[in-house]
Amino acid sequence: MFKKLSMAAIAVALSATSSLAATEVTWWHAMGGELGKKLEEVAQKFNESQSDYKVVPVFKGTYPETLTAAIAAFRAGQQPAIVQVFEVGTGTMMAAKGAVYPVYKLMADNKEPWDPKGFLAPVVGYYSDAQGNILSMPFNSSTPIMYYNKDVFQKAGLDPEVAPKTWAELATMGKKIVDSGAAPCGFTLSYAATWVGLENYSAIQNLPYGTLQNGFGGLKTEFKFNGKEQAAFWDNLKKQQDAKVFKYGGPGGGAETAPMFYAQQCAVYMGSSASRAGVINNAKGFKVGFAPMPYDDTVTKEPKNSIIGGATLWTLNGQKNPDVYKGVAKFFTYLSKPEVQADWHQFTGYLPITNAAYELGQKQGYYEKNPGSDIAIKQITRGTPSENSKGLRFGNLTQIRDLIDQQFETVLSGKKTGQQALDDAAKAGNAILREFEASNSN
Amino acid sequence: MQTKRTVFHSRVLPYFLLAPQLIITLIFFVWPAAQAIWQSFLRQDPFGLKATFVWFANYTRLLDDPDYLNALGATFVFSVGVTVLSMGLSLLFAVCVNRVLRSGRFYTTLLVWPYAVAPAAAGLLWWFMFNPSVGIIPYLLSFLGYEWNHRLHTGDAMVLIIIAAAWKQISYNFLFFVAGLQSVPQSLTEAAAIDGAGPFKRFWTVVFPLLSPTTFFLAVINITYAMFDTFGIVDATTSGGPSQSTNILVYKVYADGFIGLNLGPSAAQSVILMLIVVVLTVVQFRWIERKVQY
Repeated sequence: MFKKLSMAAIAVALSATSSLAATEVTWWHAMGGELGKKLEEVAQKFNESQSDYKVVPVFKGTYPETLTAAIAAFRAGQQPAIVQVFEVGTGTMMAAKGAVYPVYKLMADNKEPWDPKGFLAPVVGYYSDAQGNILSMPFNSSTPIMYYNKDVFQKAGLDPEVAPKTWAELATMGKKIVDSGAAPCGFTLSYAATWVGLENYSAIQNLPYGTLQNGFGGLKTEFKFNGKEQAAFWDNLKKQQDAKVFKYGGPGGGAETAPMFYAQQCAVYMGSSASRAGVINNAKGFKVGFAPMPYDDTVTKEPKNSIIGGATLWTLNGQKNPDVYKGVAKFFTYLSKPEVQADWHQFTGYLPITNAAYELGQKQGYYEKNPGSDIAIKQITRGTPSENSKGLRFGNLTQIRDLIDQQFETVLSGKKTGQQALDDAAKAGNAILREFEASNSN
Repeated sequence: MQTKRTVFHSRVLPYFLLAPQLIITLIFFVWPAAQAIWQSFLRQDPFGLKATFVWFANYTRLLDDPDYLNALGATFVFSVGVTVLSMGLSLLFAVCVNRVLRSGRFYTTLLVWPYAVAPAAAGLLWWFMFNPSVGIIPYLLSFLGYEWNHRLHTGDAMVLIIIAAAWKQISYNFLFFVAGLQSVPQSLTEAAAIDGAGPFKRFWTVVFPLLSPTTFFLAVINITYAMFDTFGIVDATTSGGPSQSTNILVYKVYADGFIGLNLGPSAAQSVILMLIVVVLTVVQFRWIERKVQY
């Protein structure tokens, strides 16, 4: 007995010393559930691939919670080496020059290979500064796509293999679905008023979201999303809601949107391409179709690329041990490997970040075996991106999104027209932008 | 009232005895409060890399902000709603339990349970029951022809958070009312009964006035609770929406400071909240404790 115990003690002591030798790299992230497990697997495989560094992933809650936690930790001098920040936090991170260690510089300082051209252009464009330097490491990027219930389409007398291409077609099909009793609701949107229903709507229809190339040109930007097209789009959603064709599932990501689709209450769901795994797991008892986002043929005949969401990995300044940054650089090199990227992309539905990962997937025959899995990447790379479809860069966008949600709700409850609501949102949003400009300029 | 006077012979000992409490107060209350006041005069970026002293700019901007005024209004409606609903119901329950002779203790235990539920859990509970897609209450209401949707209807949302917040407070109020009722001398109600007063009249003319110290005390406690202790409920049920209708002051501090990362204005809001607490406390100690008499 004593022998066994002492052996165990020695084993523990040995493992403790071996982990002491490795430099720890803390990584705060916001991936819960299945995605979180996969992320931990990525970190673990990196740790097994070498013995000098140990990446320690820590789940910090939702995206906003993770960002807030990292900022609070930075102020207290306890920041992690890597933090995962969602795309709307990009403006905030870019403005925080002293807090961020730009990835292009990190890689150069630590002599790690770094090829900006190897990344998908629409992805890195979102995270580059005016000189084209990539500031944060692309990790999980997604774009909204359309999921639809083929069985309900069939029940309503529609061709299950033909998804609506335009919003007008969606409205007609939705009406048919509701009228025929195939489902009580035609379609629902996650991020109905923000990422999907306003940001991507503007990008795909090539409408400006803000001045100065949607904020890429500097902090003096002002919102332009209150155009007459967007207003008409919102009025139309209200009309569809009154006809029971559209159902609102709550602000932000819309907590009730996906469940309504899974429960076959709504025939169509538009949401992140990264919901793919979840949709497939949850769509019990019906066949799911995948399709690109619809476009508005009253505005454009040539839909532009959609814009991305998701998150990137930011390196924070101020680690006491400089070796940590060497570990971060090594880890980023590992992350950009085609095999690692392709595995992450294929498991989660996030976009392949590098061209090599996409090509690897093609070579493996992944996209043929999994129909619909390349819709997101095709949608994001179609055509030439315009100033309006390159992405968004605004400070405090989290807060601004909240107030756009609130204005959207006033349209849905009939208190305001689309134009009034968008005008009010733009006005309040501009005030927040000015505040951000004031607190971030010298 | 008689007070005991203790005389300390050493000058150091009383301070020494007070020290633990004073240190805790300084570290956990005074220091953060001072920080909040200091930050409310600054404009700074989230990471704290740059800060400018802006005097009262954060305050003046707040008072010009229609959203802030809206939050003040929502807080008023909310705290009055919670106070009236929770105190009304708990008084009713207390009176009922007080009349029950044998099983009073049993009912008391049952009624005290909700107090042990954490605010976030209570919020989630109500979120489920009132959920427009899967909740039982919207389903039942639909038979009455009412389409409940607190995601869209501002009135529904306010009613939801008032019910959720009041429910939690019923136990606390109930205990105080039961204690208050038990201290009303039986002889007074008996005398009133002999004089021919019915149960209803006896309650309103004899018992209720005698309860007034308890009632006033609870009113202050409930308003304070509704204003400052309901963050979890709002966060779990409505998150301040739809269109800001349930964005009460304490939730707005969180939304602006933690989600919006606007630290200066958020700090200014907490300072204003702090002033409201001070006023409420002064009211409680100076006015209620002295003026309310039998």
